Amino acid sequence: MLQVEGLMKSFDDFMAVNGANLIVKKGEIVAVIGPNGAGKTTLFNLITGALKRDRGRIVFKGEEISELPPYDICRKGISRSYQIVNIFPRLTVFENVQVGVLSYQRRSSNLFRPAQSLAVKETRSILDSMGLSGKEKSIAGSLSHGDQKILEIAIALGNEPELLILDEPTAGMSPEETQATMELVNRLGKQRGLTILFCEHDMDIVFSVAQSIMVMGHGQTILQGTPGEIRSNKEVQEAYLGGE
Amino acid sequence: MFKEMVHSKWLGIVAGMLVVLLVLPLFAPRFYVYILALIYVTALLAMSLNMVVGYGGMFQFHHAVFYGVGAYAVALMITKTSMPAWIGFMAGPVAAAVTGLIIGWFCVRLTKLYFGMLQISLGSLIWAIVFRWYGFTGGDDGIHGVPMPSLISSLNSSYYFILIILIVCLVLMYMIIKSPFGSTLQAIRDNSQRCEAVGINVRRYQLGGIVVATFFAGVAGVLFVALERSVFAEMLFWVMSLEIFIMCLLGGWFTFAGPILGAAVTVALRTFVGRYTEYWTLILGVMLILVIFFLPEGVMGFFQGLFKPKVKEAAERGK
Repeated sequence: MLQVEGLMKSFDDFMAVNGANLIVKKGEIVAVIGPNGAGKTTLFNLITGALKRDRGRIVFKGEEISELPPYDICRKGISRSYQIVNIFPRLTVFENVQVGVLSYQRRSSNLFRPAQSLAVKETRSILDSMGLSGKEKSIAGSLSHGDQKILEIAIALGNEPELLILDEPTAGMSPEETQATMELVNRLGKQRGLTILFCEHDMDIVFSVAQSIMVMGHGQTILQGTPGEIRSNKEVQEAYLGGE
Repeated sequence: MFKEMVHSKWLGIVAGMLVVLLVLPLFAPRFYVYILALIYVTALLAMSLNMVVGYGGMFQFHHAVFYGVGAYAVALMITKTSMPAWIGFMAGPVAAAVTGLIIGWFCVRLTKLYFGMLQISLGSLIWAIVFRWYGFTGGDDGIHGVPMPSLISSLNSSYYFILIILIVCLVLMYMIIKSPFGSTLQAIRDNSQRCEAVGINVRRYQLGGIVVATFFAGVAGVLFVALERSVFAEMLFWVMSLEIFIMCLLGGWFTFAGPILGAAVTVALRTFVGRYTEYWTLILGVMLILVIFFLPEGVMGFFQGLFKPKVKEAAERGK
């Protein structure tokens, strides 16, 4: 479904991504791991068009998307959430999700119909599946951090994505919240037939959820394989898994 | 139930005010009728700015240009062509919106302050043309004695005309703000990066917002001509833009009706204090300082904050 080949991106003299390769197959849950500064977030920013690559190819469903702006990439079926909460703090929880749903339904430019009567069913169904339905009237900025992270994912679902990219979905969460969130993500993937690409620091989560893992270091792809392959690879073990 | 009661209470207040405003010209002295009509025109102008600045989060620094273009368009159509005045009335908002489209097309390619600075530059260019082109625009003399159709030729009839158009515009603006387009614009204001990530072409929506707002600024320009029967280059000068900005700041950015209050205060100060001293702006300045320090969300924003403390708290966290 998604293919990244020889991707490069530099900021001034610093090579943030320096030869990243990734293959994501339809229906898979794929994790990207690597230490801080390995280029995981930059890679996600390049795939979603928030940054423009210097070299390399990004192909989604057989089509090169490296030159497209973020809104076009989203319309092709890729949605993302952010590592640092990136919501609409002044809008209600309902409105936060509705923005994406209206955009997906191509109704955002409607001038004279009241927004509150549109896309209600679809928005509610997302809020329900994310466990946010009791808070739909709350102002998003006043939610707890955990809820904001959940809302973060809920917003990304508004566009009915085929590929959902989650940048550290559990960053800053308590162990209980982390567990619940990953279960939620897993369930969502199955219910909605999503392909999921995520990055995460907690190795237990990665190895229990992902079907394929890509290891990054210094902006480069070291290896991509099944959890078993990654576990048994010496290079990866020494560098990231504490040589167990 | 409670919500319905509040709703009907508000409806009652608005209806009551409307009745007062409708019968006022029958009793009030001409001067007050004129000032009230001027407040309506200015309020519409300030609200049109608030659509882009308050709801759209764009640095629309030279909004007066579109007000002036609307006013000049109708004045020129009536005085220089033999077309019916009503066509000129429609040309005003259209000319303003087209100007908004052209200037906005360049501005939305930049962000924040750069957006604002470019708009001041491009707007000042239009002002310079109007100010210098004596043969066409009358230069710094402006255009005076624009004849009006007999239907709105008296002060009272132009008062009613302005009031009706204002109400129609308010209803339209309210609908637009509550529409998907309006809520998308507010989402862009809050977080344009996230909007792009959910499939919204941010620049296109910003440009759309500018066109809609400049259209209403053009309507305000036309209403000004209907009231004053003259236009002058100061309408497009940057000082005027600053004045409209202050009105929004006084009333409250994130409120629908705030700019009306701001416009009323500014027009009243200029009229009643300006009579005694040319330094009336000093009082405006002091008021502004007080508002910025004590009511940063504007007067109307403050009262809304009293009823919806959560919104305020969230906004502060969001900052």
